[in-house]
Amino acid sequence: MHELSIVMGIIKIAEDHARAAEAAAIDEIELDIGTMSGIDMDSMEFAWTQAIQGTMLKDTVRKINSITAKAKCLDCDTEFEIKNYYDACPVCGEHLIEILQGKELKVRSLLVS
Amino acid sequence: MCATCGCGSDGKTTFYLVDKDQPHTHDHSHPHDHVHPHDHGHTHAHPHANEKKIIDVEQDVLYQNNLLAERNRGYFDAKNILALNLVSSPGSGKTSLLERTLKDLKGELEFAVIEGDQQTNNDADRIFATGTRVTQINTGKGCHLDAHMILHAMQGLKPKDNSVLFIENVGNLVCPAMFDLGEKERVVIISVTEGDDKPLKYPDMFHSSTLCIINKTDLLPYVPFDIEKAKANAKKVNHHLEIIELSCTTGEGLPLWYNWLKSKVLQPEAV
Repeated sequence: MHELSIVMGIIKIAEDHARAAEAAAIDEIELDIGTMSGIDMDSMEFAWTQAIQGTMLKDTVRKINSITAKAKCLDCDTEFEIKNYYDACPVCGEHLIEILQGKELKVRSLLVS
Repeated sequence: MCATCGCGSDGKTTFYLVDKDQPHTHDHSHPHDHVHPHDHGHTHAHPHANEKKIIDVEQDVLYQNNLLAERNRGYFDAKNILALNLVSSPGSGKTSLLERTLKDLKGELEFAVIEGDQQTNNDADRIFATGTRVTQINTGKGCHLDAHMILHAMQGLKPKDNSVLFIENVGNLVCPAMFDLGEKERVVIISVTEGDDKPLKYPDMFHSSTLCIINKTDLLPYVPFDIEKAKANAKKVNHHLEIIELSCTTGEGLPLWYNWLKSKVLQPEAV
């Protein structure tokens, strides 16, 4: 359940930025979460509903940009979508791959008032 | 409350430097004498009532942990300390491997150990019995160590210059994968009593490690573990991964691990 730590981190980042902008409320939060960021979305959901109680994110609308993981084959340079680290290159079948995107875990923006 | 320790650590994480005179009661204080830097990029805004405003945050959620990890890394580099983060499922033999290593290499290398468990000082007591300086971190409900805990553990432990620091993480192949502690290398340990598909089931940990130790090879005749398959699976997840097979019980393969360890220890620069 490291998702709880992650949610606490998100709350801290959001509250720090909202307070610095002298905002009274956070209306929306936009998150970038890669499909291979290591976050289990069900655990995240559970942690979220518990952790936001009593914080500025209590009534905030959450927008999650899910970023599909992509890799590049180091053998034949093919770029392809992956679901797992052990996925092979669809062209040459090699496992020598480099992750290009999909590990994001970021607070992108806030809408405050 | 600690910003980076959301995982059950709001005052519940405890640190014990195992002490010769009082091996169980040395719960040292947890002073917050360092700054937790925040990055406030937009402090000039003065929104009027009901005025909506977008703040571009663009901040990594693990930013705080990563910042403290880099801070730890700087401390280790300055003191030429080789910090290794040992991760595995519970029961793979991390502590036994450490005990054996500490005994076998005593006199050759200088060691210090941080033990991470939810509860008990049992592992720290085992390490202490080998004559090694050790701090136990009890995470309470926490499922992993983070950089902030290591920073505090270091305040009591004070590892020597040019030493090897083993950080034995909480037994868990999932959560510790996401938390950089400032280590130089991450070592994942599996044992042949587990499934040979472990690397596929818990790929994040194998992807983020540099060395994989397959322990308890003396039990291979008695278990259905296919070691070649396990190695192939690990390599599929991380083609950079080095693999060492060993048995703590018989000692087979240990020289490979010791050579790996010695190869990573940097000789101090001559002044």
